[in-house]
Amino acid sequence: MIYLDYSATTPVKKEVLETYEKVSLSYIGNPNSLHRLGVESKKLMDAATKQIAELLKVQENEVIFTSSASEANNLALVGVIEKYPNRGRHIITTKLEHSSILECVSYLEKKGYQIDYVNVLENGLVDLEDFQRLLSKDTILVSIHHVNSEVGFCQNISEIGNILKKYPTTIFHVDGTQAVGKIPVSLENVDLYSFSSHKFFGVKGCGCLIKKSQIELEPMIHGGKSQTNYRSGTPALPLMVATAKALRLALTDLDQKYQRVKEFSDILKAEMQKIDGVVINSNENCIPHIVNISVLGIKPETMLHALEEKEIYISTKTACSRDSSNSLTLMALKKDDSISGHSLRISISEITTKEEINSFVENFKICLEKLKF
Amino acid sequence: MERVVLIKYGELTTKKGNRKFFVNTLYQNMQKKLKDDRVKISRDLSRMYLSFPEEDLDKILKKLNEIFGIHCYQVAYQISNEIETIQKQALEIMKEKTGTFKVETKRVNKNFPIPSLDFSRQIGGLILKNNSHLTVDVHDPDTTLMIEILDQVAYLYTDKVMGLGGYPVGVQAKGMLMLSGGIDSPVSGYLALKRGIQLEAVYFEAIPHTSLEARNKVITLTKKLTKYTDSMKLHIVPFTEIQEEIYKKCNPEYGITIMRRMMYRITEKLAKRNKALAIINGESIGQVASQTLASMSVINSVINMPVIRPVACFDKLEIIEIAKKIDTYETSILPYEDCCTIFVPKHPVIHPTEKECIWNEEKLDVENLVLKTVENTKTITIREQENNEFQSLL
Repeated sequence: MIYLDYSATTPVKKEVLETYEKVSLSYIGNPNSLHRLGVESKKLMDAATKQIAELLKVQENEVIFTSSASEANNLALVGVIEKYPNRGRHIITTKLEHSSILECVSYLEKKGYQIDYVNVLENGLVDLEDFQRLLSKDTILVSIHHVNSEVGFCQNISEIGNILKKYPTTIFHVDGTQAVGKIPVSLENVDLYSFSSHKFFGVKGCGCLIKKSQIELEPMIHGGKSQTNYRSGTPALPLMVATAKALRLALTDLDQKYQRVKEFSDILKAEMQKIDGVVINSNENCIPHIVNISVLGIKPETMLHALEEKEIYISTKTACSRDSSNSLTLMALKKDDSISGHSLRISISEITTKEEINSFVENFKICLEKLKF
Repeated sequence: MERVVLIKYGELTTKKGNRKFFVNTLYQNMQKKLKDDRVKISRDLSRMYLSFPEEDLDKILKKLNEIFGIHCYQVAYQISNEIETIQKQALEIMKEKTGTFKVETKRVNKNFPIPSLDFSRQIGGLILKNNSHLTVDVHDPDTTLMIEILDQVAYLYTDKVMGLGGYPVGVQAKGMLMLSGGIDSPVSGYLALKRGIQLEAVYFEAIPHTSLEARNKVITLTKKLTKYTDSMKLHIVPFTEIQEEIYKKCNPEYGITIMRRMMYRITEKLAKRNKALAIINGESIGQVASQTLASMSVINSVINMPVIRPVACFDKLEIIEIAKKIDTYETSILPYEDCCTIFVPKHPVIHPTEKECIWNEEKLDVENLVLKTVENTKTITIREQENNEFQSLL
């Protein structure tokens, strides 16, 4: 089997799963119970929270555990809108967001908020001039991805944050789901930041929202204090501790892992470049972990299933947008049906091997030959 | 090109005879604090030099800001002492600056071909030519570019960062800190550490009237203090019996006063056993009934050891300000009952008298209670890098 769909999800690391198991069996108390077992669990929860805070250089009280990045995104957007009903009614985002942002802003649009999608340049980066044109005193919220999930464009969030310094009442949310664990992340100019542990070899079912202490949120799940006041529900201690561990492991030797992925990514792109009818959509502004290509004339689903028969697993667009419409990201960029309607996403990770890349290229060519008419 | 941190000794330099001891203590404290970091510490008569991988800079500066005895430091570029290299680096450093500036050169290496003043002028001229946002002001510049030319290398730096000041922890003997879990006592501990006093802490608990959470709160507070002192012993005193005895047998108005006298007696015993020479606590004059001068006087009279009250004359807001700075405030305000808040009478006495105290204590077997409680005291050691129990999980 060759798995090249790491941006959809990653297999859990053995050490992380061991932590999950040990915590599940040994720390049975509810962290909010007053007895010894509860106190022990609370200490462990605090230690896990602290570790995440330290790794991301934020305060301990700025880490909110959720069930997923989608929940974190929803909590960030809806939570802010409901907390500050009088700050403005204008929201800026991009067409390149994950569906948990796009669907969420559509919901807010129905509630009467005005949504602007900032222009994205052909190189995949947010058009900062257009962005500054759109900003106004009425802008309550800006939500922009750190790394785009389909093509891999990496936005300069610290520069966007810098621009927003002139708008102190505008809150800046960043969806970092595809960034954390892959590239260095600095949250200095960001108010809210979402991510999920299963994207960096953690367990499934645990997301995080980093919320700077000067920002307040209205909770979506009401029920009083849990790990924080912003998200109720019995703290999922095994998930939290496993996430803290997965994050630590992911950020260890990040540079080296990045270089390794880059090397393989370059090989893959070079090989794809040589194939007739293949267009590479990922460019120099993309993280190397994602290689998005379009195979002209062949339906992406067909290609996906042909590779699947050879036990090779990749994605069309993103796993989260499986309806048969075109890639929104590529539509927003190229406005060309033949590109956006035929895109495939190959995503690699630190555990990808050179043999896997070579074997993928070989099999890809074979499938392509077969499917061509 | 790499960056290094240069640390000046500050107030330490005034301690003529003890200078070596003070500097050695600081050096050892730094080694302990930075033992897990990839850092090399070297030193000479006037300062210490820290070299490390560039990406660790933030982490190391954060730790330096938690070490007493560091007056100020500079983050300097360490480069070769060739004229051309210095010129290039000077331009690089001043590239983004605006406002006024001057250049100062210190030439330890007298073989360097250009005299200090001339070299300063030359570099200054070069910077002016390359950065039109800068003008020269030799009296009160916004930025001073320092160039130190040594035998092997040159150091270039602009900013001086203030450290915590104070004395290195350990240059004084040990003190026994009474740690309640409130806002004042951790601040007192911090201030005592600042003067170089090594600390152990004592905490009185009355389970089941106080909870494990209250104990954990005190452990957390102790841990926050270990940032400045590596490790601390915490003596946990089982105070339930004494409190119940007082509650049953003494005049309620004198309850708190007698309780404090018992605490003092026990703390003194623990101090002597552990070779501490003073008691340190968070009493602040007039804050509560047991902290009027009259109360302090009758409470203090049961022991024969100096009691240092670093925040005695501080306003509550001043204490809170420090508590926030040292990150103990949020923990201190967690709402768990402690020994001083249970069994509180409606009208505690504000002007207690020695006579009345003695009369009340005659109903108790003071000596035995104290001895027994001291015997049953448990001691734990709390280290800064302690998460060991969770390390395998995290």
